[in-house]
Amino acid sequence: MDVRQVIENFEKSFMADIIETVRKNEKRMIITIKPEAILRIAHYLYKTAGLRFIIASGLHTRRGFEIHYHFSKDDIGLILNLHVILDKDKPEIESLSNMFSASNWIEREMHELFGINFLNHPEQEKLLSEGNWAEGVYPYRKEFK
Amino acid sequence: MSKKTLIPVGPYHPLQEEPELFKLYCDGEIVKDIKWETGYNHRSIEKLSESKTYEQVFFLVERICGICSTSHPFAFANAVEEIVGVEITNRAKYIRSIIAELERIHSHLLWVGLAGHFLGYNTVFMWAWKYREPILDLFEMITGNRNSYAMFRVGGVRRDIENSKIQTIQKILSECRKKNDLLTGAVMDDPVIHARTKGVGILTKQDVLDYCAVGPTARASGVAIDIRKDDPYAAYPLVNWKVITAEAGDVFAKAEVRLLEMYESFSIIEQCLEGLKKEKEGDITVRITEIPEGVGHGRAEAPRGEVFHFVVSDGSNSPARHKIRAPSYVNIATFRKSCIGQTIADATITLAAVDPCYCCTERMASVYDMSSGERIMNANELINLSSSKTSELKKQMDRK
Repeated sequence: MDVRQVIENFEKSFMADIIETVRKNEKRMIITIKPEAILRIAHYLYKTAGLRFIIASGLHTRRGFEIHYHFSKDDIGLILNLHVILDKDKPEIESLSNMFSASNWIEREMHELFGINFLNHPEQEKLLSEGNWAEGVYPYRKEFK
Repeated sequence: MSKKTLIPVGPYHPLQEEPELFKLYCDGEIVKDIKWETGYNHRSIEKLSESKTYEQVFFLVERICGICSTSHPFAFANAVEEIVGVEITNRAKYIRSIIAELERIHSHLLWVGLAGHFLGYNTVFMWAWKYREPILDLFEMITGNRNSYAMFRVGGVRRDIENSKIQTIQKILSECRKKNDLLTGAVMDDPVIHARTKGVGILTKQDVLDYCAVGPTARASGVAIDIRKDDPYAAYPLVNWKVITAEAGDVFAKAEVRLLEMYESFSIIEQCLEGLKKEKEGDITVRITEIPEGVGHGRAEAPRGEVFHFVVSDGSNSPARHKIRAPSYVNIATFRKSCIGQTIADATITLAAVDPCYCCTERMASVYDMSSGERIMNANELINLSSSKTSELKKQMDRK
């Protein structure tokens, strides 16, 4: 499956869930999707299209909390970012950890650093600061004026 | 319910001498469950990076890892160059690949040495570290430093490798290659090493896909992922080399992949040195005046696997967000698959087999009986346990 096919199939299957597609070049894509579609889309990428989950990056911006889920299609060198924008006041999204173990730690880390809640996470405990950090204080959050 | 004993390996890892804690829950000698705690030395590099200029971030990320100190600047440079949309010169590409491959050789040698030590083969340890020394001397000659080379910058490299030095480098490398033959032969043909590592700590192909493991950990289980081939960067598309894989997924397969990979690195360096001769001296950097707004993904194949950097630029002179994923972040999680069901003596080498990388400090490990709280074993005793299993095997083989 080449890059074009992966993208075409993806867009055809999830047209209603895609908000914006940015294609930087042949090997880099950012697709902004509705947060409620994350489980369906990640399932398609991981199970059907055979993409590898690299990591997820949490961001705190003026728009709210954002997550870039980075997926890699190794045989064609493609990095596909699933980008979601979460609510400013109540950031939460379904966890992917029940689908693949690789997202277990990074979701715990984002929960700890940004205060994003991952629904149905198997063990949403602290990863980095167990026992030595105040509850409800999220070090990577920013204060916007 | 049977009584389980908690064996805390850490908070400073007794083998890699780095800070994290593995809790092995054991029934008798068998590991039944494993839990992991980290953050003992969380340096918040991602947050720090937001307060540095792009040029300064190179020195910061270089200090994430002391062993593979070039892999992070490499990935960061790739990410920023993607934002800028710049193509660096061929000479800079060759130099970048030479540094990265020299690093792979010294990192793999370091691992082989440590693995030998944990198994009770101190001869392997001393050989490997002795043969690693000329590589570090080479680094000093090329970059001025034995470690943390400060070679990378946006748009190229900081220092050139003068063509007059190439012959000396080639000579040292050919000596190293001969020594490597010796070491590889000694490790690959030793029946006791076979007995201690074959069938131990097996990670199946499915486990690799599930945990999204990378680098030699994945390649030893037959998953041929290598960023140098899959998403080519620097000089890797300009030279001939192949991805080394093994099928077994055990500790031996991981050692085999690393040992054979070093030969590919030697070959890449030699081709890059030949390439350097054809390029104009001093043509090592492209001038970049501005980092525009945008996002960049940088990947580099470190000795332990794919390093991933995600950089968000808001058009200022510092990253707005900088996410870093080191390969050990995904590789360490595979312990849950490879360690459970093993004996404690084998867990020692299994934990070391993915070449986990934390950050170097002290050593401390104690074994406590959960019911009485009494300490029953410390770090040295844990290593001795692994060594004594090897000596026992040696004796048995001698008898035959």
